Amino acid sequence: MQRILVFIPIVVVAILGGFFLWGLNPDRDPNAIPSVLISKPAPQFDLGPIAGVDSPGLKTSDLAASGEPVVLNVFASWCVPCRAEHGVLTRLARDEGFDLMGINYKDKPEDARAWLEELGNPYARIGADETGRAGIEWGISGVPETFVVDGSGTVVWRYVGPIATEQSQDELRAALAEARGGAGS
Amino acid sequence: MIPELGQFALALALGLALVQSIVPMMGAARGNLVWMRSAQSTALGQLVFVAVAFGALMWAFVVSDFTVKNVADNSNSLKPMIYKVAATWGSHEGSLLLWTLILTLFGAGVAVFGANIPHALRARTLAVQAWIGVGFLSFMIFTSNPFDRLSPAPVDGSDLNPLLQDIGLALHPPLLYVGYVGFSIVFSFAVAALIEGRVDAAWARWVRPWTLAAWMSLTGGIALGSWWAYYELGWGGWWFWDPVENVSFMPWLLGTALLHSAIVTEKRGAFKSWTILLAILTFSLSLLGTFIVRSGLLTSVHAFAVDPERGVYILALLGISIGGSLTLYAWRAPAMEGGGLFTPISREGGLLINNLLLATATGTVLFGTLYPLFLEAITGEKISVGPPFYNMSFNPLMLPLIFVMGLGPFLSWKRADLRGVAQRLWLVFGVSFVAMLVVWYIVTKGPVIAILAFGLAIWLMLATLQEWGARIKLFRAPFSESWRRMKNLPRASHGMTMAHLGLAVCIFGFVGSSAWKDEVVTFAEPGTKIVVAGFTVEFEGVERVRGPNYIASRATLDVTRDGEFITKLYPERRNYPVAQSSTTESAIRHTLAGDLYASIAAPASEQAGNAWTLRVLYEPLVNFIWLGSFMLVLGGALSLSDRRLRVGAPRRAKTPANVQPAE
Repeated sequence: MQRILVFIPIVVVAILGGFFLWGLNPDRDPNAIPSVLISKPAPQFDLGPIAGVDSPGLKTSDLAASGEPVVLNVFASWCVPCRAEHGVLTRLARDEGFDLMGINYKDKPEDARAWLEELGNPYARIGADETGRAGIEWGISGVPETFVVDGSGTVVWRYVGPIATEQSQDELRAALAEARGGAGS
Repeated sequence: MIPELGQFALALALGLALVQSIVPMMGAARGNLVWMRSAQSTALGQLVFVAVAFGALMWAFVVSDFTVKNVADNSNSLKPMIYKVAATWGSHEGSLLLWTLILTLFGAGVAVFGANIPHALRARTLAVQAWIGVGFLSFMIFTSNPFDRLSPAPVDGSDLNPLLQDIGLALHPPLLYVGYVGFSIVFSFAVAALIEGRVDAAWARWVRPWTLAAWMSLTGGIALGSWWAYYELGWGGWWFWDPVENVSFMPWLLGTALLHSAIVTEKRGAFKSWTILLAILTFSLSLLGTFIVRSGLLTSVHAFAVDPERGVYILALLGISIGGSLTLYAWRAPAMEGGGLFTPISREGGLLINNLLLATATGTVLFGTLYPLFLEAITGEKISVGPPFYNMSFNPLMLPLIFVMGLGPFLSWKRADLRGVAQRLWLVFGVSFVAMLVVWYIVTKGPVIAILAFGLAIWLMLATLQEWGARIKLFRAPFSESWRRMKNLPRASHGMTMAHLGLAVCIFGFVGSSAWKDEVVTFAEPGTKIVVAGFTVEFEGVERVRGPNYIASRATLDVTRDGEFITKLYPERRNYPVAQSSTTESAIRHTLAGDLYASIAAPASEQAGNAWTLRVLYEPLVNFIWLGSFMLVLGGALSLSDRRLRVGAPRRAKTPANVQPAE
């Protein structure tokens, strides 16, 4: 028995070594987050409103209802970076004149309500995604995440993390401009 | 000229390492004393040559010799002198040179201080140490030469990453490396013992001081790194379960297990093959850390210049050293069992539980660290594993460990009297339980596990103090008697008491600063007031300040409590034009009860005008973490200074009658 047991460490190490060798593949970038949704139609989802908040709920067809590009922001009251980007998004929605849609991800309605009351509610529509099901459909890796959906309901841009830096805001503006320009074609 | 001298010294060190790899090993096999002894001079020679190379690189940094590529990439003539010196080990190549320097330092240490180790064991140990040396010296010379020249030389260097220009981080790598690489000598001892086919109490006694020395440095290095992250990164956290933090923590966990299992091997002759395995695995995890940090295998906040060729080279090194030693282990270990028998309730049993829990915890951290890689390899999916995983898996494992830690020192070897121990400890248990309830009543927030951990830390502290008090008959004998007993108690006992107390103190800090902290993140304009944990913080505005190689935006925060002025805080956002990056300098008001921590992030945009993202935290008890870490290191130092462990000290013929039996 012991003769077999003493081989366990070397076997485990050999298996680990195999994974490491695979991991060294120079084409692999562990920092890149794949965005499979880009240039595909927005995924199907249908979310009710947050109880006690006047913004209506959100479903897939709402995104293309106006024919104008919209910005979809996935947020939660428990997410600290969301707080940091909230003011930026509020200002951008006002200055750039787009409809800001929200998915309230894995949040308690009363927490989300308190959060919106405290910081203000810039969202035209908010879907309450208490189970995180819509989050899975959108393939989010965490909150916050922000998408730009063009007038035909196609996802054109995705950003992981808070829109707080100058660079991320520029990217968002550029994506919006492109979606506006390309919406008719 | 001097960089070439360094390069030449490195080549000579490699030559010596090659000789030392073979000659002493053959000498030990043939019983040739001269060949065995050659290891001592070659080990010293290696140290001298690597030190010359290290000195040459440091000189190049000090005089800002930008014809050396490494200097041009990582230094700048405007940088303060201390960071020029520290930049020597700030890059991949330089840190590798430091790694090798410490490796040879430990080899030379055994050569100089190992006079009481049998010749054959010492020769084999040094030969194994030289194998590792060959691996890393050749790695450096062939793939990461720190002395590569640059032509044409730039006018000025591109500066070290400003985040690294910090006193905490100047000291963090050397300490961490002494820990990491210090386990190499323990590994060499283990492999030498496997080759020899003999592990006995004496072996464990020779290994323990080296393990202790490495463990102390690793503890200090990790604590320093986390302190740096706490005040420099501006996130207010001190541990993020980042892969690179984990790879330094795993050798620590396993090294801690090794420290304890070596005691059993030394005192009772049991756990032999387990101790050997721990010695091999602890260093293997250090190597794994080196590999993960330098190969870009995992996403991490720490990043060295990544190069796949280097990754393959280190992986090959890893394969040979870990694979080879474990194959040797599988072959030799079954032959070396036996040793003292013991019942489940005994000192051995307690240390066994300690080892099982620490090994499981190490496995958990390893799994969590590598899981993203496994998942990506198998399904192509990318995820990251963060604090929630460790909170659920690692933290609960630590609770029984803390409980047993309080109990363990009361158990006697072979067979312990559980009833007697319970009688001595019920009061401590009751007091800590009541204390826990009181804490719960006062601090109503935070998860239940936090309260439980806090209660267990109180238990650990009181039980440890009770054990120490009982040893010296505190309050049971006249004070002079207690004083005499305390002076006669072996230093190793004081060390254990100090280290266990240190861990209890650390836990107070862990729980307080993570479960009970208050945090406010807000957009602040001049005049904005926020309230955190009873403090009112008023944001007065931001001004521009010039530093030697940076420009800073410095905010002024006015802190009051109940209308009374407390302090002013000046968090900064520094911009380094040459390195083209910026850092956060948080402002912290330290008190033992907790830290008030403030940092600012870049303004949301130029349109936002004077609005800055301001982050203010109150972290209760956070300083207990560093205090406890210091006590851990101090405990290790006390234990290391014990005469019984001091290698080369003449052994006394007879133990004086009044000395307490060892543990």
